[in-house]
Amino acid sequence: MTTIGYYPGCSLHGTGRELDMSIKALAEVAGVELKELEDWNCCGASAAHSLNHNLAIALPYRNLALAEEQGLTEVLAPCAACFSRLKGTTVRLGRSDALLEKMRGITEREFKGSVTILSIIEFVGRLLDEGLREKLTSPLEGLKVAPYYGCLLARGEDIVEGYDAEQPTGMDAALVAAGCEVVPWNFAVECCGGGFSMSMTDAVVDLSNAILTDAEQAGARAIVTGCPMCHSNLDMRQRTINEAGLGPHDLPIVYLSEILGLAAGVEPERLGLDRHFVDAMRVAERSA
Amino acid sequence: MTKTGQKTLADEVREATGVAVAECYQCGKCTAGCPMARYMDMGPSQIMRLVQIGGEDARRRLLASTALWSCVGCLTCTQRCPKDLDPAAVIDAVREMANREGTIPHEQKRILKFHEAFLKTVEHTGRMSEVPLTGLYKMMSGDLLSDVLLAPVMFAKGKLPLVPRVIPGRKEIRRIFKACLHKEDKP
Repeated sequence: MTTIGYYPGCSLHGTGRELDMSIKALAEVAGVELKELEDWNCCGASAAHSLNHNLAIALPYRNLALAEEQGLTEVLAPCAACFSRLKGTTVRLGRSDALLEKMRGITEREFKGSVTILSIIEFVGRLLDEGLREKLTSPLEGLKVAPYYGCLLARGEDIVEGYDAEQPTGMDAALVAAGCEVVPWNFAVECCGGGFSMSMTDAVVDLSNAILTDAEQAGARAIVTGCPMCHSNLDMRQRTINEAGLGPHDLPIVYLSEILGLAAGVEPERLGLDRHFVDAMRVAERSA
Repeated sequence: MTKTGQKTLADEVREATGVAVAECYQCGKCTAGCPMARYMDMGPSQIMRLVQIGGEDARRRLLASTALWSCVGCLTCTQRCPKDLDPAAVIDAVREMANREGTIPHEQKRILKFHEAFLKTVEHTGRMSEVPLTGLYKMMSGDLLSDVLLAPVMFAKGKLPLVPRVIPGRKEIRRIFKACLHKEDKP
């Protein structure tokens, strides 16, 4: 059995709970063991790099050092922001011995660089190649979806590898394997307002409204994301957007792992599809 | 360096980020693609320009800019810069200077308070938890009423755990915070 380290990140135990549930269900179907990193800490998200450049590296560094100590060579970070912070740290450390030395001093921990961080898109791609494809016995019957990469699953020099930042395709391929029809649209890599949900809500309402509107105009019956921040801005905030007199929207926002889970025949409740703000059970019922 | 051997703003930014801001030829691609530009008093390319100009006036304007705080960190500017100059890293570095010098504009303080509340939560427990973060942010920002109606729905959907997540290594996290906050040197 393949074992992959698992860094859920803080959101996945709260607002992004469906992402945690569906990732675990999918790993089980594919016969991959997820070993949660013991004693993991927050990666610092946007707050750390906004205020303190040392903290922005030291917090991810501790997780990388723990992973190495616990013998995990590959670690899945499903949250797009955690992925970007953790992978970004491995890239920066690889470029600068001085930074590595400084982080050793700050954290009093060793890290030799033996850990690879996987994004949700890389993880799903891997599962498909390792046998999940043959287990997708309940395809989505041509459900029209808009694959939404947002920012941190598409951008960052050396962080996101293997596809074009402006025209990413990794999620599209997985969705097609799950039986979805991917609609061409304009907002696949536009920003939803990210971590400003509480501190700059007006901007999040504007930006997320534009994303929802474009997906609807492209004929999508759902937006598919891999990021808990994008998910909460588009799903939880959809009502706020409608109350602001925009839309009105009624578009389910689902995680990539939920779609793959459905295609593999996992019950929607085990994937968390009943926990969305905008009804997502219609996707499971093939009635979207 | 200036003729008198003083560090210029561009030197400071270069030390902090490794970015040679002088190489920016002001094509404006970063500002054109910036999703937050419409909420900013100046776009990323103008931030780059003020760093190039340097001197007291430019520095004062730059450190009081709302743009530093409205940057969401989406990395569009960095991804698209034809000179590979990483404006996002420059903005991070300049924001850190502005925070040290206390030049944040009043209307942007909520954003700073959110970042501070987030980091406080992590410093004391090792992880972010929604309840303490929201409570702390509301206290620090004075924004008590927004989104209170979301909480019961989130709770009903099992998305609002009431017990904060606390990790065994939280003492170590506090020590790391101390070490980072006291290190004034640059990466």
